[in-house]
Amino acid sequence: MLWACIYLPHLALDGILRRRPTAGPLVLVDGPVNARTIVSANDAARGAGLHVGQRLSAAQALLAQFDALPYDRASVGRWHRFLAAVAYRYSAEVSLLPQAIVLEVSKSMSLFGPWPRLESMVRADFTDLGFRHRMAAAPTAHAAHILTTVSDGQAVLSRDTLRHALQRVPIAKSRLPANAIAALPSMGIRTLGQVMALPRDGLRRRFGAELLAALDRLTGDLPPGLALYRPPDRFDLRIELLHEVENQSALIFPVRRMIDDLAAYLAGRDGGVQRFVLRLEHREGRFTDVPVGLLTPERDGALLFEFTRGRLDHVTLPEPVLALRLIARDLPAFVPAGRDLFDERPAHALPIEQLRERLRARLGDGAVYRLGSTPDPRPERAQRAATQDDGPIEPHPRPTWLLRRPIPLRGGNPIILAGPERVETGWWDGGEVCRDYYVIETSLGQEAWAFCAPDEQTGWMIHGWFA
Amino acid sequence: MSAVVSLTTLLDARQVWRGRAPEVPVGDQPTGWRALDAVLPAGGWPESSLSEILLPADGVGELCLVLPTLARLTQAQRPVVIVAPPYAPCVAGWRQHGVDMRWVEIVDAAEKDVLWATEQCLRSGSCAAVLAWPHHADDRALRRLQVAAVSGQALAFVFRDRSHLSNASPAALRLELEAPPRPQIWVRKCRGGAVPAQAISLPRVVH
Repeated sequence: MLWACIYLPHLALDGILRRRPTAGPLVLVDGPVNARTIVSANDAARGAGLHVGQRLSAAQALLAQFDALPYDRASVGRWHRFLAAVAYRYSAEVSLLPQAIVLEVSKSMSLFGPWPRLESMVRADFTDLGFRHRMAAAPTAHAAHILTTVSDGQAVLSRDTLRHALQRVPIAKSRLPANAIAALPSMGIRTLGQVMALPRDGLRRRFGAELLAALDRLTGDLPPGLALYRPPDRFDLRIELLHEVENQSALIFPVRRMIDDLAAYLAGRDGGVQRFVLRLEHREGRFTDVPVGLLTPERDGALLFEFTRGRLDHVTLPEPVLALRLIARDLPAFVPAGRDLFDERPAHALPIEQLRERLRARLGDGAVYRLGSTPDPRPERAQRAATQDDGPIEPHPRPTWLLRRPIPLRGGNPIILAGPERVETGWWDGGEVCRDYYVIETSLGQEAWAFCAPDEQTGWMIHGWFA
Repeated sequence: MSAVVSLTTLLDARQVWRGRAPEVPVGDQPTGWRALDAVLPAGGWPESSLSEILLPADGVGELCLVLPTLARLTQAQRPVVIVAPPYAPCVAGWRQHGVDMRWVEIVDAAEKDVLWATEQCLRSGSCAAVLAWPHHADDRALRRLQVAAVSGQALAFVFRDRSHLSNASPAALRLELEAPPRPQIWVRKCRGGAVPAQAISLPRVVH
């Protein structure tokens, strides 16, 4: 067993900063209204002397201008689970620990390569998403968690060296039960190594079985006992904009972020998305939905963004937008398009499916289609948009252009080249037709497919051209 | 200036332009019309290029000209895109010409989007042929299509009104269709060969 731990010390702050790239001082505050304290501060704020644990009133005395946002527990929990879904890409065993994600990677390494390579891949993913993190690997999940709080990038690959690595960890960072952390330093015991050297019997008498179980989980004598994370079957991401947006172009940046998050989530799930809704939320619960439907599942962030942007361009905002929400319920399996090894097409070729999506995104959902024939003999209904086309080939002459509605023939008498072919059908559904179809040559020399009432040969109506 | 330079060294150094047009490789995109193939320098449509077809009116045999090519491409399961056709293609009629309609994509585009859609299709590299009916295409727009056809290695066909004949065009091939009663084709420009002096008659399909 080898567990990797990704420790996210600034989860709440990063979740806000990634959609608000600000240089000015920013702090998150929490606590009762009359005693707000700082729980997180960005670099600019720390440079100005603000620190975690400070009262908001004290901070205001130090610095005249800074942004203070409330610490939002629900959004922190959402980001935490979202990042677990991203990590799910690397392992099937992912669990959530306070401010951290642990994943079992001993089996993943045969796929992704040895630990240093796997570590750099995970780090690149998290850095791209804009979350600061620290990582460590250890044979037990809890040990990896503790190592991240002490240092960054430590990798303990065997159980023999684990005991040694834990020796020097101070008690305050050991994440043992709270009563032990409070009492042990006053007994002169300052590191984990000293605790583990103490007789177990005495420890149990003094601190209860809880401390021993925690120690055993650290060294791997007890299983970690963690609930495994399972990614949900739907993706729902909501972000609140910091001010009211009236212009579509100001939505592009947050939408891009959301789509990238969706792509990261889909990659973790090894799935694709076929349909999703971008909900633009207005005041008082009103909203505008921008549905995005694709012909085949996709998961590439750049493509999804392009399609979404194409649809967003067609929307006129009725009122200012306060928040954005991305909801994807239809998450089918994704099968990457295969390409021939000896494919002669240019290397930058775009597959026909993606080309169709690109055209649909700009021209509308119904603008790209194929035609197929139907068994109906009426020319108006003999073809419709379909992906399949089979059946026998029509023995009678048919034009190459079909007019959407027949037009009367003008000019002199036509020359009849072929016909008549009588079409008399449709009495059962109200669309009855009774016509004689001829191939005619008009006085201008064009060949047309025209019909008239049975046995009349006057009142010609042109229905198609033999182009 | 007494140095005597032999002619062959000058030629080998490629400092003298000899005024010979580059050879046009014989392509494998026959039009399906034997008389037309015989006069075209590439023995068919110019490969990965724009071909312009000029018409006096819609429905004078322009589809008959390209349907054999479309039939050949779709039967080889290669996609063909039709952008903004003036009328609906009649499935039964196209199938009579041997076109496999499963490989024909039809794109309805507004006037301002026709050129954009055509260029996207050509550039994608996944279409064997793209047919377009643009209304307002100037020299620059056609040049873009020509470049897109080269980069996407696709056949591009643009159908335009005959009134555009007097304007220069970057297309590799320009054909002018003459309406019945004397249906015939004039080759107005063909890259890599002399323009034939005579028109080619286009036999109509007998019904």
